[in-house]
Amino acid sequence: METEYKTKKQAGRFLEYGGQYVPETLMNELNKMADVYQEAKADPDFQAELADLLANYANRPSLLYYAKNMTEDLGGAQIYFKREDLNHTGAHKINNVIGQALLAKRMGKKRLIAETGAGQHGVATATIAALFGLECEVFMGKEDTDRQRLNVYRMELLGAKVHAVTSGSMVLKDAINAALQDFAARPEDTFYVMGSATGPHPYPEMVRDFQSVISQESKQQIQDQLGRLPDKVIACVGGGSNAIGSFAHYIDHPEVDLIGVEAAGKGVDTDLTAATIEKGRLGVFHGMKSLFLQNDSGQINPVYSISAGLDYPGVGPEHAALAAEHRAQYVGITDDEAVDAFEYIAKQEGIIAAIESCHAVAYVQKLAPTLPKDQVIVCTLSGRGDKDVAAIAKYRGVEIHE
Amino acid sequence: MSKISQSFKNHKNFIAFVTANDPDMETTVSNVVALAEGGADVVEIGIPFSDPVADGPVIQAADLRALRDPDLPIESIFAAVKEIRRQTAVPLVFLVYLNVVLQYGYERFTADCEKFGVDGLIIPDLPYEERGELAPFTDKHGLDLIPLITVTSGERIPMIAKKATGFIYLVSSLGVTGTRESFASNLAEVVGQIKAVTDVPVAIGFGVHTADQAQAMADLADGVIIGSACVQIVADNGQNAPAKLQEYAEEIRAAVDGVTVEEA
Ligand SMILES: Cc1ncc(COP(=O)(O)O)c(C=O)c1O
Repeated sequence: METEYKTKKQAGRFLEYGGQYVPETLMNELNKMADVYQEAKADPDFQAELADLLANYANRPSLLYYAKNMTEDLGGAQIYFKREDLNHTGAHKINNVIGQALLAKRMGKKRLIAETGAGQHGVATATIAALFGLECEVFMGKEDTDRQRLNVYRMELLGAKVHAVTSGSMVLKDAINAALQDFAARPEDTFYVMGSATGPHPYPEMVRDFQSVISQESKQQIQDQLGRLPDKVIACVGGGSNAIGSFAHYIDHPEVDLIGVEAAGKGVDTDLTAATIEKGRLGVFHGMKSLFLQNDSGQINPVYSISAGLDYPGVGPEHAALAAEHRAQYVGITDDEAVDAFEYIAKQEGIIAAIESCHAVAYVQKLAPTLPKDQVIVCTLSGRGDKDVAAIAKYRGVEIHE
Repeated sequence: MSKISQSFKNHKNFIAFVTANDPDMETTVSNVVALAEGGADVVEIGIPFSDPVADGPVIQAADLRALRDPDLPIESIFAAVKEIRRQTAVPLVFLVYLNVVLQYGYERFTADCEKFGVDGLIIPDLPYEERGELAPFTDKHGLDLIPLITVTSGERIPMIAKKATGFIYLVSSLGVTGTRESFASNLAEVVGQIKAVTDVPVAIGFGVHTADQAQAMADLADGVIIGSACVQIVADNGQNAPAKLQEYAEEIRAAVDGVTVEEA
């Protein structure tokens, strides 16, 4: 029997988390966006256009792949990977970007802006902007533009303008600050394409809906392949978009355990971590009430992970609520464990997965052997790892000259 | 009528701004006193935040200077207020991001404001829809919760204006704080829309830096708020800022007083 999922009480709130903590300048625009989104959600034409782009541009449905070698090697639960790495642009980010860009068109916007950390979301946004013939500007911390020059060039190749953000600590959170500021300055022609299930209402709900295609498909696929639901669903959590999309259609099935894997960096108990749910406290930042890594005075802490995509001091409000209700469980995986998993899945399955996704894989490696063979794990591979190869080589002390 | 609203009586109001602990707390105390002596009617003290999303480059830089040590205790800012109160009775307002208030505790923060003599709060990331979580505490401790209205607020103006106390902060242009050369063209119209629903005074801020601009803005509304320009003086003069701020305040005061006050 399905139990009712209790966190969806009020528009924009998941328990006490969520809300719209933004300057007045943005309120009219966000409210308009929320209204247009509700209309679009109920409009069969919008849904048909979305489905068509997902199928014929993004390459959906993505495979649900049985990892036979890993299952045998680990000797416990059966392991299935939901292959978001096979999407166009190489990650789950495209699912959300297509949805938001369609909404932007519906609202008559001419210009898309986005924040990006490693560059995945920026590349996805630049891609759709090219397809739709919209202007695109991407905000990226100066630290990240220096580290990820290839992705900067990729975005430029797609016709986007990349702004290196030099305020604050010059990383992802500062890029979000800059994008919010730009949105506030030019709301009339601009749509801010938010990269994760974070930020003010309606973003967390909207991004969740657009990413839910992941679990909508995986639920059907596992039914088709095994005639049952999985026992565990596992995904990595940065802001939480691939995880909430991976969980969404299982939330009302309490027999399915949901596990989010955060980046512990050098360790959950060090300062060099990004494990928000484990180490964060209730706060208000980037337009939402949620959990944040912060000091006693409420200043947002610098965070650290080897993975630029998980290197965020907060988490989407729905995850904070799922954690508070103990509907989902959140665990940390260190840099070392993630890098080991990067190598392990490459050698076992012939898949080079994103370092973000490898946090989830590392947890599968720990969990699977402890479970009986009749149990089933579905783990989301949120992206492909080509972008990480050079960094992993460096981590292992290998010099590569291009 | 609150002490802040009172300060608008019979003349155009000039509200100045400095960031706490920029460059140090002692200078902040002197800066606030100097601004008051130079003729500011209200002084806003910015509590530095790691991620001041509503602020432009000048105030962002001030926040970074103020947070050289990110563990700066909020108690030290209340201690500075206590010291300011020994030297001036000028109404004081905190410009603070909500997370800082939340971590200190809504009850404790508002109680300390009352205890040390802060008269109101401006919270840029607390829009009308979310004010309900803090308003019971500001009410209880007699603080004005000063709302922002922007030139794009449109239909939202009546509901926001009706709840306002102290004054209404009318944002002159889109985007963030910082010095500007031009302002939205519909400011007078927006002032009219606000005046149609409330007697709470309206002050215009964001981008104002020259005496001429101050006069023009004060002419349109009940007062003018000058932030980045004051903070730039602190950036340029460090511990020598108080004398310069006082001079600047005198200049703005004269410009604002050049405006004739209509009898109510
Ligand atoms: C491949 C990949 N996985 C995961 C993430 C983390 O984001 P989220 O938690 O929103 O899925 C990112 C972010 O850049 C990413 O690129």
